[in-house]
Amino acid sequence: MKLTPTIAGALVASTGLVSAAAAQTELSMWYHGAGGEVEGAIIRQIVDDFNASQSDYAVTLESFPQESYNDSIVAAALAGNLPDIIDVDGPVMPNWAWAGYMQPLSIDESLIEDFLPGTKGVWDGQLYSIGLWDAAVALYARQSTLDALGLRTPTLEEPWSGDEFMAALDAAKASDACEYALDLGMAWTGEWYPYAFSPFLQSFGGDIVDRSTYQTAEGALNGDEALAFGDWWQSLFTERYAEGTSQDPASRDTGFIDGKYCFSWNGNWAAVATLDGGVDDVQFLPAPDFGGGNTIGAASWQFGVSATSDAPEGANAFIEFALQDKYLAAFTDGIGLIPSTPSAAAMTETYKEGGPLNVFFELSNQQALVRPVSPGYVVAAKVFEKALADIANGADVADTLDAAVDEINTDIERNGGYGH
Amino acid sequence: MASKLTTSNRAGWAFALPGFGLLTLFIVVPFFFAFFLSLTNQRLISPNPTEFVGLDNYRNLLSISVLTIEPARDDTGAVMRDEDGNPEYPRVRSFTRNNPDYPQYAGMREWFRWHSGDDAKVVVATDVVFWKSLRNTLMFVLVVAPVQGGLALVLALLINQKLRGINIYRAIYFMPVVVSIVVVSLLWRFIYAEDGLLNSILSAFSFGMFEGPDWLGNEDTALGAIKAMSIWQAVGFHMVIWLSGLQTISPTLYEASSVEGASKWQTFRYVTWPGLRNTAVLVLIVITMQAFALFAQIDVMTNGGPLDSTTTVVFQAVERGYGKQDISGGSAISVILFLLVLSISLIQRYLTRER
Repeated sequence: MKLTPTIAGALVASTGLVSAAAAQTELSMWYHGAGGEVEGAIIRQIVDDFNASQSDYAVTLESFPQESYNDSIVAAALAGNLPDIIDVDGPVMPNWAWAGYMQPLSIDESLIEDFLPGTKGVWDGQLYSIGLWDAAVALYARQSTLDALGLRTPTLEEPWSGDEFMAALDAAKASDACEYALDLGMAWTGEWYPYAFSPFLQSFGGDIVDRSTYQTAEGALNGDEALAFGDWWQSLFTERYAEGTSQDPASRDTGFIDGKYCFSWNGNWAAVATLDGGVDDVQFLPAPDFGGGNTIGAASWQFGVSATSDAPEGANAFIEFALQDKYLAAFTDGIGLIPSTPSAAAMTETYKEGGPLNVFFELSNQQALVRPVSPGYVVAAKVFEKALADIANGADVADTLDAAVDEINTDIERNGGYGH
Repeated sequence: MASKLTTSNRAGWAFALPGFGLLTLFIVVPFFFAFFLSLTNQRLISPNPTEFVGLDNYRNLLSISVLTIEPARDDTGAVMRDEDGNPEYPRVRSFTRNNPDYPQYAGMREWFRWHSGDDAKVVVATDVVFWKSLRNTLMFVLVVAPVQGGLALVLALLINQKLRGINIYRAIYFMPVVVSIVVVSLLWRFIYAEDGLLNSILSAFSFGMFEGPDWLGNEDTALGAIKAMSIWQAVGFHMVIWLSGLQTISPTLYEASSVEGASKWQTFRYVTWPGLRNTAVLVLIVITMQAFALFAQIDVMTNGGPLDSTTTVVFQAVERGYGKQDISGGSAISVILFLLVLSISLIQRYLTRER
């Protein structure tokens, strides 16, 4: 075969690249966002910028679909094959840190001083992961609906009380303005349940586990407060305020925009689509306060270093590099996530002071409460999800919560207390 | 026979080796792994060492017991009754939770109950969800195996004719088999939605008289809906097996029967059906095993809900092993499923043996 000048040139160039790379330490990185075009472009940009910025390390990126990402990490860990840099969902991090998959970060603390509380992944007193963004949930409503129903617009300082919230749902239900008063997103399964609904439980005064010891769920998930929460939760479905577990996923995506639901409990990631969908008088309202204060979930995907990394200094250097405001802002502008710092928020169109989504930044800043920081959370979250789905479908509240408590406690016991 | 297998025939063993090797590697070895793990407390993710726990996992899954509850009585000793005159009972949780008088029921939950006289007999189990999944799986197999097999035979008879364009029908009936079950499940989720296609059609045909239920959101209809969809999806596969069986029957037998003046039914009864014996055994066993493995539809369409009405054994094994990181518990379920399917297959083999 005759080599054309182009191929020959390419060969020369590629061998040149290889020899240049050999002088650098290779760092591998796994990311959960395969398939997201914009997201992929941003993360690739960060990697390219980092590789060009210094000559000691060269990061290679591999993306996985989100659904199989955690399985891939677990499989890689069992096979002793973890990459150097991983990204990890905030509430899952303690599980991986406890299992010995990850090592504490050694990044400069001053870099993350301004970061939103939910973006810092701390387990056992040490920082294991740090997020370039956070996520927040709000109650979506149209200003026109609030006006038509004669409802006060709740604010961060003065949210709706539980009674006001139920009065709003009653008014919406009676008005025939929409098919269901409330869209809770029951079509989504998995982490959405504990992330979006456990703040209601906490607002009633309960929790998924007892956070003072993390050794039991008794009293937290089946105490009087939790039972009151369970009765309220069930009434949302028996009184047909909200659509149940068989909600059509398509309705979840467009139901609020189409006017099928008067209110929607949804995350900041849906805000841009709602604005683009033509709901220009949308209001993002804070969670109602059922007596114990109002909080929302915190912690999204974060970056960390695997325990088996041969070059942890390089991995930490990459994470430090990625924490620049311009990258935080790029993710925000690209896919609508909440930037981790106020200075990055100021750089974005949507989250800057006066921007349409600025309210989410404040929600995240003032109200965010991380899910129970425990290696056992992964199992407790599954149990919680099933309990809430069962109660929504009409199961006995007390029996269901008791069973959930038993299952969580058995799991904690069988794991020797999860190292707390 | 045995001597032939062990002495000569090196070529035969060489041919069998790749198949046997793969079967051993991917089915036999993992099974022994599962059996071993089910006797330990192995976790998917844990820094703690694995310990041998004996039959604990099986005990947790299978413990079941009957609790007799007497109705509540007032101060005079008369049975308290609600408005409908039914006796009122103390709650089961008052026996199973933190009650030192009934340590044998600790941590158990009610599965179902019946009444004898004024007493309530409550069946309580440590793992109610597993028992429900076992029952759901058996109900699924009991309906799907005969209906799918029978329907496939009818379709095979229909398309085993020399008609113009018959291949189009063959393709249409076979099409759902080619599509991934995950895709089919997603599509049928839309069909079964409360304001979905099925209810729109039913409403249109009944001129708005029929209010369709929320098929997958209702305890009474969810498993039935999944049965119907599963039968539809895989019927084409078994149709093809029946078809190949039909085409092995010698045409001379049909010629002879028509010369003898046999009716259509007699031809089927005395020529076709006996000729399909081996095919029938194959189809029956394959459908049974596939039905026991019901998983993807559940995972995509209902997640086992509502109220565990569609949860299945394989779904439980995956949920336990991966979702809740309890590999030993998942392994125990797999071993139980293996023994169950093995015994049912042996019974089928016995019932359909050559006599």
